[in-house]
Amino acid sequence: MGRIVLEKVTKKFEHVEVIPPLDLTIEEGEFTVFVGPSGCGKSTLLRLIAGLEDVTSGSICIDGRETTSLPPAQRGLAMVFQSYALYPHMTVRKNIAFPLKMAKMDQAEIDRRVTTAADVLNLTDYLDRRPGQLSGGQRQRVAIGRAIVREPSAFLFDEPLSNLDAALRVGMRLEISELHKRLKTTMIYVTHDQVEAMTMADKIVVLQAGFIEQVGSPLELYRAPCNRFVAGFIGSPKMNFIEGDEAAKQGAHAIGVRPEHIKVSATEGAWKGVISVSEHLGSDTFFHVHDTGLAETITVRVDGEVSFDHGDTVYLTPRDDMIHRFDANGLRI
Amino acid sequence: MATQHSRSAARLMMAPAVMLLLGWMLVPLIMTLMFSFKKYLPLRGGDLGWVGFDNYIRFVSSSSFWPSVMTTLIIVGGVLLITLVLGTLLALLLDQPMWGQGVVRILVIAPFFVMPTVSALVWKNMFMDANYGLLSYLWEFFGAEPIQWMSQASLTSIITIVSWQWLPFATLILLTAIQSLDHEQLEASEMDGATTLKRFWHIVLPHLSRAITVVLLIQTIFLLSIFAEIFVTTAGAFGSKTLTYLIFQRVLESQNVGLGSAGGVYAIILANIVAIFLMRIVGQNLDK
Amino acid sequence: MARAVSFNRKTVNTALAWAIGLLIFFPILWTILTSFKTEGQAIADPPIFLMFDWTLENYAIVQERSDYLKFLTNSVIIAGGSTLLGILVAVPAAWSMAFVPSKRTKDILLWMLSTKMLPAVGVLYPIYLIFIELGLLDTKIGLVVVLMLINLPIIVWMLYTYFKEIPSEILEAARMDGASLRSEILYVLTPMAIPGIASTILLNFILAWNEAFWTLNLTAAQAAPLTAFIASYSSPEGLFYAKLSAASTMAIAPILVLGWFSQKQLVRGLTFGAVK
Repeated sequence: MGRIVLEKVTKKFEHVEVIPPLDLTIEEGEFTVFVGPSGCGKSTLLRLIAGLEDVTSGSICIDGRETTSLPPAQRGLAMVFQSYALYPHMTVRKNIAFPLKMAKMDQAEIDRRVTTAADVLNLTDYLDRRPGQLSGGQRQRVAIGRAIVREPSAFLFDEPLSNLDAALRVGMRLEISELHKRLKTTMIYVTHDQVEAMTMADKIVVLQAGFIEQVGSPLELYRAPCNRFVAGFIGSPKMNFIEGDEAAKQGAHAIGVRPEHIKVSATEGAWKGVISVSEHLGSDTFFHVHDTGLAETITVRVDGEVSFDHGDTVYLTPRDDMIHRFDANGLRI
Repeated sequence: MATQHSRSAARLMMAPAVMLLLGWMLVPLIMTLMFSFKKYLPLRGGDLGWVGFDNYIRFVSSSSFWPSVMTTLIIVGGVLLITLVLGTLLALLLDQPMWGQGVVRILVIAPFFVMPTVSALVWKNMFMDANYGLLSYLWEFFGAEPIQWMSQASLTSIITIVSWQWLPFATLILLTAIQSLDHEQLEASEMDGATTLKRFWHIVLPHLSRAITVVLLIQTIFLLSIFAEIFVTTAGAFGSKTLTYLIFQRVLESQNVGLGSAGGVYAIILANIVAIFLMRIVGQNLDK
Repeated sequence: MARAVSFNRKTVNTALAWAIGLLIFFPILWTILTSFKTEGQAIADPPIFLMFDWTLENYAIVQERSDYLKFLTNSVIIAGGSTLLGILVAVPAAWSMAFVPSKRTKDILLWMLSTKMLPAVGVLYPIYLIFIELGLLDTKIGLVVVLMLINLPIIVWMLYTYFKEIPSEILEAARMDGASLRSEILYVLTPMAIPGIASTILLNFILAWNEAFWTLNLTAAQAAPLTAFIASYSSPEGLFYAKLSAASTMAIAPILVLGWFSQKQLVRGLTFGAVK
């Protein structure tokens, strides 16, 4: 259950094409993440799959069933919204039971499912409270509870963690991953945060301006980004791009090196520069190196114990096997 | 942003309201237009045939026409001016810290809930009566000659009564708007050395522009058609005949439907001129 | 941070605001007081403020002269009926405008409001004829329909502004949860919009209660509401201040009492939802 196939899907608002023809297959049980900068069309794509928006052309099949023109309720999907979209006038119990009640399920079965879901999500003590009396993380769990009781063929998540604070976000990330491991249901997850994408996904779909830039597993995207956009978007800190002579030497229009693939030395190396800012995170240290004559700044990531400071002159050497080469159109060579 | 389903549902759900209002607007309007080209005297022969633009010419050339238009504009303009100015001052006062703010607010908005017929009667008899009205006692107390309000100052009387009814509305809207004003902005301007008057002019007043628009729009809608206040006070005498009242007299008192309908068409045109003008402002302010 | 205000300034504010508040409220207060006076005391010179012989006889006489309860019932039915009918028609329309807006939404809203600017008197005779034709003259149902139509633009407008404050994601969640349009409106939107709907009902009830053009012109003996009841006191022979005051108090008391118990919704409603 939960194989979703998009064929030549397009979407226009007024006369602006936000999704150009797009093909995508999401396999059964896969955790797929749509990632991209804001305005890239990832949420629109999710809403098209959900049925909250009409496609302008193309088709969407869920489990082999043509669903392009079905209303959201008949697609067998459940969605968790960015704002959680809980019903403020209903208790947690009623919130979770709402989709079952709409499906006219009998009361005993509703009670059983709500109890199970509450148990799984640690909400048992809060069942009779209203959303207004819950913390952000608890609300998030209620939203998830409302989604899982329906036993949908796929879950859709629309930036579900962006309203949580940093610490809670890491916790919920784990919970959602665990939930996926346990339920083995297809999940589609939209985020602008590449860390979420890298940590949770089986498959990442990188979008920009409605186009799919690349589809692949997190490590595929990390190791072999197919163009400069993906290369720059995946990985933190961002990949360094160098154009000009240094790139020409490699037979490319531009080369990219990730900060973690550059060696730093006080005495010798390929490029010489001056550290403008050093950020010590404990586990890692980031250097921002100026005056290399290659690019504005080169970011380098080294072990936490390396001690250089502002103003120090350093020599940088990229790892030969880790240099990404791009042509004038930004495509990988 | 929506789907085909929800859009067609939306059209369907909007249909009853739109159809009802369309019918409510068009059917009488078309009938009025038709009557306005006829000689139509319900009590003296009924429908006496088409007469072209006769009614229109007669209505405008009647000596009461232009005065009635003037009266309408004076009443609407006067009430708007008084309620906006006093409403702003009152709102500024009520925004200040004080004891019993809630109770004062209730006292101030109470007149809005008084039936127009009641307020007109009470004002006319118990306050503005030349013999027994409270205002007469007040005038006498200060040694002045009591005024024959309804006959000597009919427009002033009506404007006073209507302003009393609408002041609460203006005050409340403006007060709500003032309370939403960012006080840091005021404090910043105070730091910059702006005087109270300048602060009012450059910060408070622009902030109130939307609220003032709303007051203008809604009050004009209601004021253009005030009826009861004139009906029970002067009954249109002493220069207090508005266009609305003039038409009312033509249709119901002289039973000349053709002539009254022509007047109705004029009134509709006048209302539309005001409406277009207002809608422009509101349309712009709605987007904010 | 709230500015610290000197005690003196607060005292001056309070005194001034109370003085103005009482001045504005005075005509109502005076009417209520006068309704308990005898006719002689009502026109005493100088006016008596409180030290009069309180009496209820005016109320008895008014009730005897004109059947207050019948007018009251008519008012309640007409104002209540037109408001509820209006809400029934307006909720779906406001849902459409707030949650499925199109380029024309604003135009339609403004057009609806503009129908309120049509001078009633311009179409009085046609409506009169239609009413005679349909046998609606001097019936409550006729007035319910007319007052519903007059207030419909305001009801739609108010509901629209209240609905717009509800995040559309919640309605989308309901749709995802399998709710039909009917369930979405009935179980999700309406309960969430209760405060706004209450304000709308309250304000439009009052507007309908106080409406004095159609209620005076389209009714006679049977369906006449309190506006007509009170208008009958405008004839010169009815000019007895104490009785006029009693009748006036009886006409406005239900609304004042209603207002007293629902101040919050009223204050909210009186801004027509247009200002926050």
